[in-house]
Amino acid sequence: MIGFIEGLVVTLKTALRKPVTDEYPEPEKRRQVEPRYMGFPALLWDYDVPEPYCTGCMVCVRACPTQCMSAQMTDNPKYADEQSRRRKIIESFEINLGRCILCGICVDVCNFDAIEMSHEHELSKYERNGNRVDLGQLMDMGRKFQGDTGWSPSNPAKNSGVPVAKGSRRAAPRRAGAGSAVGSDAPS
Amino acid sequence: MQIQQQTQQADSIDLMINMGPQHPSTHGVFRLVIWVDGEKIVRSEPHIGYLHRGSEKLCEGEQYSQIITLFDRLDYVANLNCELAICMAVEKLMGVQPPERAEYIRVILCELNRIASHMLFYGVYGLDAGAMTPILYGFRERERVQALFESVTGARMMHNYIRVGGVNEDIPDDFGARMNTLLDQLERGVEECDELLSQNEMFLARTKGIGAISAEEAIDLGVTGPALRACGVAEDVRTSEPYSIYDRFDFGVPVGTYGDCWDRYYVRIEEMRQSLGIVRQAVAQLPEGEIAASVRRIARPPKGEVYLRTESPRGDFGVFLVSDGSDKPYRVKVRAPSFCNLQALQAMLRDAYVADAVIILGSIDIILGEVDR
Repeated sequence: MIGFIEGLVVTLKTALRKPVTDEYPEPEKRRQVEPRYMGFPALLWDYDVPEPYCTGCMVCVRACPTQCMSAQMTDNPKYADEQSRRRKIIESFEINLGRCILCGICVDVCNFDAIEMSHEHELSKYERNGNRVDLGQLMDMGRKFQGDTGWSPSNPAKNSGVPVAKGSRRAAPRRAGAGSAVGSDAPS
Repeated sequence: MQIQQQTQQADSIDLMINMGPQHPSTHGVFRLVIWVDGEKIVRSEPHIGYLHRGSEKLCEGEQYSQIITLFDRLDYVANLNCELAICMAVEKLMGVQPPERAEYIRVILCELNRIASHMLFYGVYGLDAGAMTPILYGFRERERVQALFESVTGARMMHNYIRVGGVNEDIPDDFGARMNTLLDQLERGVEECDELLSQNEMFLARTKGIGAISAEEAIDLGVTGPALRACGVAEDVRTSEPYSIYDRFDFGVPVGTYGDCWDRYYVRIEEMRQSLGIVRQAVAQLPEGEIAASVRRIARPPKGEVYLRTESPRGDFGVFLVSDGSDKPYRVKVRAPSFCNLQALQAMLRDAYVADAVIILGSIDIILGEVDR
């Protein structure tokens, strides 16, 4: 019998307390995601050139555990015009976000700072294939992420598309390559 | 619940009851067939395999870095403990020693994951016993741990954070401050949870002396983890065969006396307190330095095989790995504690009442992702 009363005391004590839960429906009341939050992957935009960072090297496509990506590479017309340092550029890129498991392996393996886990996580769609996003949508996600977080490339000297002056063209990438982190060797 | 009557012997009629696989108290998709004579359970038969995803076979087709994502999904309540097991197995095979700082970060996160896992157990065990309140308190504490995980690993559940040779990213700058608040909150939370349920009259009536097994029987059946310690056997891989840096911390191994449902429950509450102590010590000792050893991104361990034991929140989590020298393993076998502890279910259900079946099953704390793999 005492157990019942003890239980009721707890109920009464907590009845007037401020709730610990956050409400979801209204955007301003939601809990914000952490800076490191890994949402769906997005492709980033090099505002300096302007073109995507992605060169379509397919490293992320091969490293993806669920094979949710596909990509196509093409020659970069801006390289021919000497407006960009990137010889190749992404032509088409598709991610099936329904298959993506948000593991972040694509971000780890990318050598060009081209892909990043954005903060997007609400992707309910009306169409059956609405979560198969193409290059344009991925770029929009990336630009939104860059605007929200003030993202900057981890290795700007190597990965910026801004053309280098003729004499130092070869020097810049080599220096950056020597200083890159341990374990970032390209997969064989 | 589907009920079917069948005649077993000429003089008595046993009623066969199918509990699950869609029964909410089986904590997943687990089917338990029980034969009852009146209120007593005469015989029981667990059926598994409803969540079989072929994880072990899938591992054979994935590179070592990709396997970590599969191990995240084995014990989906304590993801980091599973990640640690596979990463340490590969490290052992390659002879790689992760840096000190990485070891400390791993231990801190794994112990927090143990607390989060036991908090979920606490909540759902209250539900199993018919108490609605504990799940709200258990989840409140679990949510705090997950919020910290989100700030460190970027994900609340499927982290993919521990890597072969270290961890993925260094801890954020505000980690120390957040950790202090979290530890204080968790300490209060554990006490509050303990006070709320452990000595509750009705809870004691539902769990004391229910589903008891002896220590000898538990050892014979291969029970490990809290379920074994509840029988009074102080067996913990962290102390009996220390891995990582567990030999540097001062912590106790809580044991029960009778091996009944209440002991299995209370061992976990005590374990949360011990884990908090380990986290406090590890945070105080956390050294500066590298967070990952130099390992090629596509790891190619030498030919050979390795078996590695770790203590997951559910018991002795072992990984057996055979490498043929390529970038993919030849064979991966997981010794899942939930699966092995499930062997004791029939012994625990012997002569129990049908109403206690749910609470006995709940006290083993199975995770079906790990049972079926």
